[in-house]
Amino acid sequence: MRLGQRFYLREVLSGLGLTAAHFFGNMGRHLARALGRPGPGGAVTIQYPEERRPYSPRLRSLHRLVRREDGSPRCVACMMCETVCPAHCIYIVADEHPNPEIEKVPARFDIDLGKCVFCGYCVEACPEDAIRMDTGILEFSSYSRGGMIYTKEMLLALEPAGPGGVPTSPVPIPADRTV
Amino acid sequence: MMADLGIAFGRVAFVMLFVLNLGGLLTWVERKQSAIMQDRIGANRASILGFRFFGLFHPLADAIKMLTKEDFRPARADRFLFTLAPFVSVFFALVAFASIPFGDTLRIAGRAIPLQAVTLNVGVLYVFAMLSLGVYGVMMAGWASGNNYALIGGQRAAALMISAEIAIGASIIGVVMVYGSLNLMDIVRGQGQLLWGVLPKWGILTQPLAFILFLTAGIAATKRIPFDMPEGESEIIGYFVEYSGMKFGMFAMADFLETVVIAGMTTSLFLGGWQVPYLEASGFVFPWGAAVALPHGVVALLQVGAFVIKVCAMIFFLMLIRWTLPRFRYDQAMRLGWLGLFPLSILNVVLTGLALLATRG
Repeated sequence: MRLGQRFYLREVLSGLGLTAAHFFGNMGRHLARALGRPGPGGAVTIQYPEERRPYSPRLRSLHRLVRREDGSPRCVACMMCETVCPAHCIYIVADEHPNPEIEKVPARFDIDLGKCVFCGYCVEACPEDAIRMDTGILEFSSYSRGGMIYTKEMLLALEPAGPGGVPTSPVPIPADRTV
Repeated sequence: MMADLGIAFGRVAFVMLFVLNLGGLLTWVERKQSAIMQDRIGANRASILGFRFFGLFHPLADAIKMLTKEDFRPARADRFLFTLAPFVSVFFALVAFASIPFGDTLRIAGRAIPLQAVTLNVGVLYVFAMLSLGVYGVMMAGWASGNNYALIGGQRAAALMISAEIAIGASIIGVVMVYGSLNLMDIVRGQGQLLWGVLPKWGILTQPLAFILFLTAGIAATKRIPFDMPEGESEIIGYFVEYSGMKFGMFAMADFLETVVIAGMTTSLFLGGWQVPYLEASGFVFPWGAAVALPHGVVALLQVGAFVIKVCAMIFFLMLIRWTLPRFRYDQAMRLGWLGLFPLSILNVVLTGLALLATRG
């Protein structure tokens, strides 16, 4: 090291100058914002629950089961998604459909979101376009493992996300959840 | 008699509340200042009845959290010393401020009240004695935890603080030589004179080298970044690994209180203490002849205000350093203390002596 560097002083002062310039610059921008002047804010923070950045349209969020026009699931219980699922989180019980033109219908369609890895393979595997991951819902949580199992009825009630990935349907609450 | 007691109590209470509140507020300052420096917003979520006040309730929330947490004590810890250690740390950090004057002598109803918690004619030594005694709390914590890592952390802290305090003690000798007193009140009064009839004779102008040395060693004595290898709570294990709850909080608080003390000491020794430039007991007297007469109360208020502002500015600067510099390696800190600060302090004493010899004859 050169003699000047050994004393650290010059480098310390240049570093302090940099951080102080940042502080006062940001402080000025904060004050300008507080006084109602337009311009960039002093922070890049997005205050999450109140402010959100737009989600990408290809974002994989909470699954939903697509409905037919009469409201019944489009799913034909072919078990493709259950088979392809790497996390084994889909559980389907098939049943006969009253309409003879449609082969089957799921009696149960449970997704254990505690296991799901959001790979989207179920969406790709589905031959009927019956399951999609476009609800925009990301904030689902539970105090128990059982509370993370979402049933057919809950998934059928969901709607696709609006522009910017804003969810249009409320986060489904499992029936057995107490809180 | 009662009035004297009341005045003494008031002096102590002012200093206590000033230091304690400022120390508590420093958690907020630290969060917010670092956030603004780093283009962030900082903690702003704690609210009472929906009021957030820029996150000012976070220190309160912290205190409640610390007090309600489990107070864990390891099975093999020394029960008495383990509990005593954080109290020792906070106590000595708190009492160290006592001899720092926050204003000139106040005259009310025929009484002369020195604005200083304790009037000591060796105030400088007292402050550093109290700061040095704070090391005992740290060493006690390291030893009493019954944890080898804590013990090593305590030894690191002791070694660092001893090397810092040597440099602190040596660097202020120059200041004491210039102002000719160990009484902090006299040192501050000495800084009210004018240098060449124009500039206020503040320590930073008469002793610039000592200012840098004292500040560096003072930051080391507070055990904060860039000299936080005794603690390093996030990666290297320090002396308070085994502490939890409010005991841990007290160690953190002792660091903040020491920051306030170092800021107060720097203000008193180098930034003119409660002196306002060109303000004398009768009012402003400017070197170009103009004069503004002010009543005694206004002068006292200006002086106390100047002291508070200077301390706050100094704390801002210390925080700026803390959020700018990376941590020194341990050997670098030791080399800086013993081979950098200490010899330069001695050099400063020699240079000051020669300068005094040349000017005073």
